[in-house]
Amino acid sequence: MDERELVVVGGGPAGMAAALAAGAAGVKDILLLERDQHLGGILNQCIHPGFGLHRFKEELTGPEYADRFVKQVTKTPSIEVSLRSFVVKLTSNMKISYLRPGALEEVQAKSVILATGCRERTREMIPIPGTRPSGIYPAGLAQKMINMEGWIPGKEAVIVGSGDIGLIMARRMALEGMKVKAVIEIQKQSRGLARNVAQCLDDYGIPLYLSHKIARIEGADRVEKVVVAAVDDAFCEKPGTRFELSCDTVLISVGLIPENELLEMAGAQVDRKTNTPVAAEVNRTSIRGMFACGNACKVYDLVDSVTRDSEKAGQMAAQFLKEGK
Amino acid sequence: MSRKLICIECPQGCSLEVALEGNKVVSVTGNTCPRGDKYARSEIENPVRTFTSSVLAEELDIKMLPVRTSGPIPKAGLLPAMREVKKILVSAPVETGAVLAENFMGTGVNLVACRPANKPPME
Amino acid sequence: MYHNYELMPTIERYDAIIVGAGVTGAAIARELSKYKLRVLLLEKEAEPAFGVSKSNSGIIHAGTQNHPDSLKGRLCVAGNKLIREISAELGVHFVEVGQLIVVFDEADVAELDRIKREGEELGIKDMQIVRRDWLSLYEPNLGSEIVAALYVPSAGIISPYRLVYDLTENAVKNGVVLKTSHRVAGIRRLSGGPYRFEVEAAGSKYQTRFLINAAGLFADKVSAMVGVTDFKITPRKGEEYLLDKKREHIANHLVFPLPTPTSKGILIIKTSDGNPMIGPTARDTGDRSDLATTEEGLNEVLAGARRMMPSIERGDIIAYFAGLRPAAGKDFIIRHETAVPGFVNVAGIQSPGLTAAPAIATMVVGILHGNGLVLTPKKNFHSTREKTTHLFEIPLSKTRELIQKDPSYGDIVCRCEMVSAKEIREAIRRGARTMDGIKFRTRAQAGRCHGGFCTTRIMKIMQEELGMTVEEITKRGEGSELVREERRHG
Repeated sequence: MDERELVVVGGGPAGMAAALAAGAAGVKDILLLERDQHLGGILNQCIHPGFGLHRFKEELTGPEYADRFVKQVTKTPSIEVSLRSFVVKLTSNMKISYLRPGALEEVQAKSVILATGCRERTREMIPIPGTRPSGIYPAGLAQKMINMEGWIPGKEAVIVGSGDIGLIMARRMALEGMKVKAVIEIQKQSRGLARNVAQCLDDYGIPLYLSHKIARIEGADRVEKVVVAAVDDAFCEKPGTRFELSCDTVLISVGLIPENELLEMAGAQVDRKTNTPVAAEVNRTSIRGMFACGNACKVYDLVDSVTRDSEKAGQMAAQFLKEGK
Repeated sequence: MSRKLICIECPQGCSLEVALEGNKVVSVTGNTCPRGDKYARSEIENPVRTFTSSVLAEELDIKMLPVRTSGPIPKAGLLPAMREVKKILVSAPVETGAVLAENFMGTGVNLVACRPANKPPME
Repeated sequence: MYHNYELMPTIERYDAIIVGAGVTGAAIARELSKYKLRVLLLEKEAEPAFGVSKSNSGIIHAGTQNHPDSLKGRLCVAGNKLIREISAELGVHFVEVGQLIVVFDEADVAELDRIKREGEELGIKDMQIVRRDWLSLYEPNLGSEIVAALYVPSAGIISPYRLVYDLTENAVKNGVVLKTSHRVAGIRRLSGGPYRFEVEAAGSKYQTRFLINAAGLFADKVSAMVGVTDFKITPRKGEEYLLDKKREHIANHLVFPLPTPTSKGILIIKTSDGNPMIGPTARDTGDRSDLATTEEGLNEVLAGARRMMPSIERGDIIAYFAGLRPAAGKDFIIRHETAVPGFVNVAGIQSPGLTAAPAIATMVVGILHGNGLVLTPKKNFHSTREKTTHLFEIPLSKTRELIQKDPSYGDIVCRCEMVSAKEIREAIRRGARTMDGIKFRTRAQAGRCHGGFCTTRIMKIMQEELGMTVEEITKRGEGSELVREERRHG
């Protein structure tokens, strides 16, 4: 079996920062596993600007931010990158099994950093009553379709939830020639940043309905319309406030959930409500020598903060390897 | 006369109050750094945005290449810029920062690649 | 007028046409494919199993809670035996998990005794009343208020859509012609010749000697096309909610409450995919397309399930859907219509229709034979089918062997359910034409992220395998396209 000092799972901003920091702190033998065919993770589809103001004192797009780290990773001899590599098993004593086209690999690590990011909350988790036609997308999936594949999902869209991804997608769809009818937010204020409400909605005349919810989705094969209603402080529908918006596309942007299924598989404690590792300190888990960083550890607003904290995770792993703590 | 703006220069999103005389900015308050002042003046007098999009790639390891303008362009130019980028096809490898269109649409800034694109790996 | 003989449309002729490729129609098709017959299976949806069958909960009932004189009771008990044989032949995963009917009140134990007696009359074996100590040992997550249960060991679970796909695939391998996206628009009775019906579907005409109506929710409409109007389908909606696979072992058996006169109640259902399911509701609806889930339905299901297992939480739910039961009175309607010789109705096949399907098929073939269909067994009938590989079902050591044979088993597309590119391509080669078809066959997109990660990759594989444009890809058939427009050059 292959043996490694450190295996980092996930080649997004968190995994790259952790691997680089561990390398800088003297770890000589790092394997970075990425399931996609490129490093960069979710940044690859975040083609809008707004990244790097803290880290680089300039405003970069997601791919530009990622590229700065990819270039460093590529020229760091202590980091070996394995792409299209999907971890299927992790044990508490840090044995890792991963699949890649053509092989099932097994590695024994001395330390593991999980930088597995997060997934989107779905329609099913809210849940929204009504039919289940096509045309309902998690906002991040729509972002990938439009920005990375050039696939425009529909003509008229309504966005559920005012998270940053939803706001940014409102602007993207408007730029791509779609009519964005509304953003519907059940809370009293936007969940996304004020600047995103200004530059993504106000710039394009897209209305934001606060304290409103989608009461129903309608449409047999493809979405035909949504029924919107105002809610009270307890998020219950106010009678007599229903109105309809016709649309063929609904984007769901109602938050993110850390992906810690591997950590759970290894037997570490994971909070059932937040799906985050249970530990005394950021980046640590309940298993010694196993760390979690970036959005897998907690959902961050800014990638700059992900980089900063993930570098600490890399240093913690290096210290663990050196001193056993 | 005054106008309220949200500063979009950084994630903090300061609420700005701009005092106006006609179309001229007299003063800006509410900003926590000089960039807010600059943003407010620009937003009133000549609103600009950095334009980002993606362009089609052909026979490369990505299907769409993310692009941006190297500096802000007039806000009114965003939709025309979208029409313009849809005409572009990248078929040779590029590096981050490679200029795809010089003086993009006469704005004085370039349209540049936001990441490398390479020949696809051999299967 | 066709002056050129070559241009005259030829009318395809069959010995038997089956309307509807749900589990009933698929089982009948597969049974008929054992004989030297020309058989056509017509399905209005883009793929088999897209009607009533896709929302089936996958329970293979033992046969309890049916009247001993009913078709339902008799065919359910017979089907429970046959399904084991069929699943072994077709390589469908059947697990005999057993069923518990639980009671909260000592006074209700008498009712369990009655269900047991009736079941024994039907021939159901090895049932026993179990008490709290047994339950604490073998079903530890049950609520503490439950005092006893009837344990029915012969109940099991199967994947309803994979059963339909595998039955259909095997029927087609044995010569049955399957036509999807073929909604029956009209039926004309012919006189004078051996061909007694002309069926019009998707702009073509098909003649047949025997016509079998297994049209599910639309069985009364199809029957009315030949003038038989003495039954009506009343869709009864059931909402079901799927829990995260992490809760796979919350229950070890199918857990039922004591049934009410109209319904089996809210159940906790193990599924062959791992995700436990809770539901279904039971509400009559006048609308055959009403597949909407409701807030009331969710609350009813959660309350019902939590009454039996209090540790189930709302946050465990990762998916939900509604299905319609094609109810036509109390019992199944399976009969040759003497007023319309050659026409067989197989209608009102609601629960336990999935279990009963193989027995229904045998019965229908018997009816056809009794009414003049000659059954000559084929010598070269292929009774088995190569089992579909699912990485999530096999140990890693086996995965390693598979990857050595085909590297694309190591190319993971769906991360939540661990589905490889090889499995997606295989599903397409075996007939998947839509995103839902791929989901039902492989489980890709069925996990906790709902396709957030794998949708685009699956769409690309579909394009490669089927040569479609991305705009042609649908969720479940025409009208459910996913992409309006792809950026293209020039």
